[in-house]
Amino acid sequence: MSNTKKTLVLHLGLLVVLFALQFVLPAYHHGNLARIMVLAAYAVGYNILFGYTGLLSLGHALFFAAGMYGMGLMINQFGAAPFPALIAGLLAGALVSLALGFLALRTEGVAFMIVTLMFAQAGYLTVLYFGTYTRGDEGFVIQQAERVLWCIDLSDPTNRYFAAFLIFGVSLLLTLRLVQTPFGRVLIAIRENEERARMLGYDVFAHKLAAVVLSGTISAMAGAGYGLLFGYVGASFASVQYSIFPLLWVLLGGAGTVLGPFVGTLFMFYLIDLSSGLTSAYMLIAGVVLVLLTLFAPQGLVGELRNRLWKELP
Amino acid sequence: MSLLSTRGLSKNFDGLQAVSNVDFDLPEGQIRALIGPNGAGKTTFVSLLCGRITPSSGSVSFDGRDISKLPAHKRINLGMAYTFQITSVFANLSVSENVSLAARKRVRGPSVMTVVQQVLDKVGLADRLDQIAGDLSYGHQRLLEIAMGLAQAPRLLILDEPTQGLADSEITAFKSLIRDLSSTTTILLIEHNMSVVMETADIITVLNFGEVLAEGSPAEIHANAEVQTAYLGTG
Repeated sequence: MSNTKKTLVLHLGLLVVLFALQFVLPAYHHGNLARIMVLAAYAVGYNILFGYTGLLSLGHALFFAAGMYGMGLMINQFGAAPFPALIAGLLAGALVSLALGFLALRTEGVAFMIVTLMFAQAGYLTVLYFGTYTRGDEGFVIQQAERVLWCIDLSDPTNRYFAAFLIFGVSLLLTLRLVQTPFGRVLIAIRENEERARMLGYDVFAHKLAAVVLSGTISAMAGAGYGLLFGYVGASFASVQYSIFPLLWVLLGGAGTVLGPFVGTLFMFYLIDLSSGLTSAYMLIAGVVLVLLTLFAPQGLVGELRNRLWKELP
Repeated sequence: MSLLSTRGLSKNFDGLQAVSNVDFDLPEGQIRALIGPNGAGKTTFVSLLCGRITPSSGSVSFDGRDISKLPAHKRINLGMAYTFQITSVFANLSVSENVSLAARKRVRGPSVMTVVQQVLDKVGLADRLDQIAGDLSYGHQRLLEIAMGLAQAPRLLILDEPTQGLADSEITAFKSLIRDLSSTTTILLIEHNMSVVMETADIITVLNFGEVLAEGSPAEIHANAEVQTAYLGTG
């Protein structure tokens, strides 16, 4: 079997397993996995910028929240149906990431991290400032009746699982395709050696800007999906914590790997879940495990797999 | 007619005049060598040509068009290629991906691999297609740089000390490669290896303290007393 085929089988295989799991998982894990898949889509979006383009953003909560509020406010304020609301969320994410990319990409390295962090904080404060509409920290609930997409009730666990599966599947296959296109290859080249890519005649700024918009829009899709599937929109999703999460998930799973974001999100979710079942000092357990992982698998779980067993894994 | 020319080109770094008021003309099809003692401003000069740094004053034109205001990537897309003095390949990517990135600027689809094969054959790295570029020896990385330049099929190829770190046999191969190329490509070569300069260059330009000290055929430069002084000192 050729490498491209093996890769395709592996990634489609994961999607098949995820699809099949809904029929066998107990209710608790069934709900968890739906949540994990949407959050993993967020991590996939983050990975396009961080893992493949080499730009470390500390402000992705801005995009996640742009999608979530773009969707939520359309429903809550304008009584829109779920589908146009989702599109509004995507558009909000695309616009916000275009604007942020245009400004933040004038900086590099540490300055880029700080600028993205600051813009995300400004976004968070904006949500609080317009508390009349956003209900600030408290957030607002999207009622069950407002979550019916084309006669499909998204609050129903089975439908919700399937919608989460779709969101994740689309983002996964998109990345898998992206890294095989000439455009994706240039992003990797920019990550590896920006000056060399420029001196081969590639417009580095335009490529980075496109990567920010793509990454931001996928993050917004995850944000809008999360709000719609779980029926809640709140300012905590715009906070700095939600900018750090995708970084952590991607680092754990393996930056610059297609499967890494999912593996990292799954691992982190259950690490917290299982350790908090054991002790109230669960952050201690989680912390020790994370330290061990960074010591012994600095490339992340999938990154190590690639180093040791499967060199061609995208 | 000149493919590339500069008028009054200058660059100072915090008071240090690295390139000073250089008028330079490079006719199409020529192999030009740029030589000079260390710190003479050779790399700064070619960096000004391809837009890696912006000049303090003066202008650069390429193919009759003023390109002084163009960013580097646009100049490259007009038909320049630049190989770095300090080896700068994509160290974590394979040899073939390195060259593919260069080739994909002008061809798409299956012809990319054809170009990759061709240029790697020319520099003698064809059997290392799948190796990671960073694992190559220093000399082979230099050859990979040259291969990337060739894959761009430029009108003007700027080579910044291409033979540094090459073995004698590779230098011999490099000389014949340059001669083959000269039928289709104009070449600007910064070089310290005098045998390469004397045997390949049509015209030599000597830089010293950022200024053009002399210009002429290899024989003329060889006999030039000022050049000898600049290189060897007056004693």
